Amino acid sequence: MKVTGSQLVAEILLEHGVDTVFGYPGGTALNLYDTLYEYRDKIKHVLTAHEQGAAHAADGYSRATGKTGVVFATSGPGATNLVTGIATAFMDSIPMVAITANVPDSLIGRDAFQEISITGVAMPITKHTFFVNKIEDLAGALRNAFRIANSGRKGPVLIDITKDVTAAKIDYKPALPLPLNPSPVFRDEDVQEVAAMINAAERPIIYFGGGVPASNAGEELNRLLEIADIPATHTLMAAGIVGYDNKRNLGLIGMHGSIAANKAVDRADLVLALGARFSDRVALNPKKFARKARKVQIDIDTSEINKNVLVDFGVTADVKEFLTRLLPLIKEKDHSEWVSQATEWKKRTGDVKCQDAELHPSEIVQSVCKLTDKETIYVTDVGQHQMWAAQYLNHEKTHNFVTSGGLGTMGFGYGAAIGAQVGNPDKRVVHFTGDGSFHMNLNEACTAVSQELPIITVIMNNKVLGMVYQWQTTFYGKRYAATTPERKTDFPKLAEAFGAKGFSASNPAEFEEVFKKALQEKGPVWIDCAIARNERVLPMIPAGGAVEDMIIG
Amino acid sequence: MDQKIKKEVISILVDNQANVLTRVSSLFGRRGFNIDSLTVSATNDPNLSRITVVFTGTEQGLHQIITQTAKLEVVKKIFTLHSGDSIYRELLLLKVRADKTNRSAIKEIVDIYRGRIVDLSKDSLIIEITGDSDKLDAFMEMLSCYEIAEVCRTGITGIGRGPSWDEK
Repeated sequence: MKVTGSQLVAEILLEHGVDTVFGYPGGTALNLYDTLYEYRDKIKHVLTAHEQGAAHAADGYSRATGKTGVVFATSGPGATNLVTGIATAFMDSIPMVAITANVPDSLIGRDAFQEISITGVAMPITKHTFFVNKIEDLAGALRNAFRIANSGRKGPVLIDITKDVTAAKIDYKPALPLPLNPSPVFRDEDVQEVAAMINAAERPIIYFGGGVPASNAGEELNRLLEIADIPATHTLMAAGIVGYDNKRNLGLIGMHGSIAANKAVDRADLVLALGARFSDRVALNPKKFARKARKVQIDIDTSEINKNVLVDFGVTADVKEFLTRLLPLIKEKDHSEWVSQATEWKKRTGDVKCQDAELHPSEIVQSVCKLTDKETIYVTDVGQHQMWAAQYLNHEKTHNFVTSGGLGTMGFGYGAAIGAQVGNPDKRVVHFTGDGSFHMNLNEACTAVSQELPIITVIMNNKVLGMVYQWQTTFYGKRYAATTPERKTDFPKLAEAFGAKGFSASNPAEFEEVFKKALQEKGPVWIDCAIARNERVLPMIPAGGAVEDMIIG
Repeated sequence: MDQKIKKEVISILVDNQANVLTRVSSLFGRRGFNIDSLTVSATNDPNLSRITVVFTGTEQGLHQIITQTAKLEVVKKIFTLHSGDSIYRELLLLKVRADKTNRSAIKEIVDIYRGRIVDLSKDSLIIEITGDSDKLDAFMEMLSCYEIAEVCRTGITGIGRGPSWDEK
């Protein structure tokens, strides 16, 4: 069957089960979009307000569904607008395929209108880039893009296609998706060694990250915790794997982690790191991190082993495969003294409520939890509200906490919430944001309205850029450089202007009342929550510090 | 892990395609891997090019450069060439000011190092010499008492002894 390059793109997307894409059209992408029109019954295209929103939407879609996110953009500014979104996915190892159109091959290198070498720009923020200026290379590039995005440690891939290729004709031969690269091979001796260390440990702790949800190893991890009676702490990327009420769950680790998690890691004699990379927000001081413990690291990416913290034993392996082989070797253990000590530490939190306002961040989050079900997907932007959401949400499910961890992208939330909701039309999506983050990309309200997405946006509005403001309060002598913008934005009115619904709340009762109303709406709702600017995210270990430097209240 | 600073020669077999050198060198740049030299060449397989890198650093640094580079889609194979079982060579072209008063003295040194004089003019000559980097360093040291006008070194290229890389 003879098809155009654009039809070939559509056919290969269908081969990979893609039924939803996000994007924004433009001059060089006209052929691609003409084909998306032709295929509109098979592939749903979600038009965003800005390409950055489209990239975050594809990312959020992937995080909340486990599928590969696909985003389209035109050349030049369309392509460069994707960059922050692609980088966000790259830092959090999210599978994404970005397809950009470029100027016709005859104009490449001439600084043509809207020409940019996006493959060059995207090289450091993708697993791989393809530049396709020959129709015969297109099918291979597309099929390999899906293979690369989903093999090993996942991540984004970009394909840049010249406009002439999108119109050129070629014979299309259907094919199955390429097999993924085989996962790393590891030896029985390595599994035995790790099992022996776990069996011998007196104060073991498991520290796990995004590699656990990425390999779907939640069930195996929970069994390990139970059999060996080990407490666990998670990174921002792994909320929801171990149930909130599980006594062995010590919560978030690191800079804004729980007192229990950070103390337990400091006292432990064995730290088993699963799919986690000892980032500078976890091992704030790599030399003092878990200083009494032997450290074992299991990661699918060899380059992560010994990258940030030197470990005593490392195994390159898929976490699920490793745990599956490890579990039969683990002896039933009773660490009740150790677990109950950790549980005792859990009683102390950093929830110091600032009395300058009647509504407090922890109450907002807890109230949302109370009024929503376990299937709810929580999406955040970046800043104080993100940490409060991470700390106070009753995370219960894998893939239900969508947040930008590694890159920390303010403005991520609304696009990601749109992607999460499009991918899960039957689930409730609640988007936590701050007035700072939300101002970055609230333009996507028009997308949520036109797509009729019932996303509830909870704006924790302290009228300052809270996280930086908090650091300035603590470390910069209250010199508030560029964090008190004196904005007068009326969020409920702005919501109405977009065709959405807007509410405001300034005390807990009011918040509950309007949140209940928001749950009844068929389209997007914003709730403007007045909180005090002096609310702080606590506990906090300053950058480069250790557990003894923890600020609690 | 050993914290001693060591010099290692790394050989990388990569797809012979556009931008491959950019992919490898931009990775080194953004991860802050400090390299002493880098050479690229064709191989007996038209689909593959060979990059030889000389890296000075700790064992942890070496592990990082190897494992990060191995993740690039274009990298087919990456391995270290240990000095005991590999041959390293580098080419040096050196232009030195020389006239009838010191030409023959320079030629004597060139002969000892098994170099060749490949160009001669009234007041300068160009020397070609190959060998491992230590030999070229030593040669340059010997010539340092003359007026060296220009120097060009290729950086190391290397190959393992015995079976070829894809048979190991």
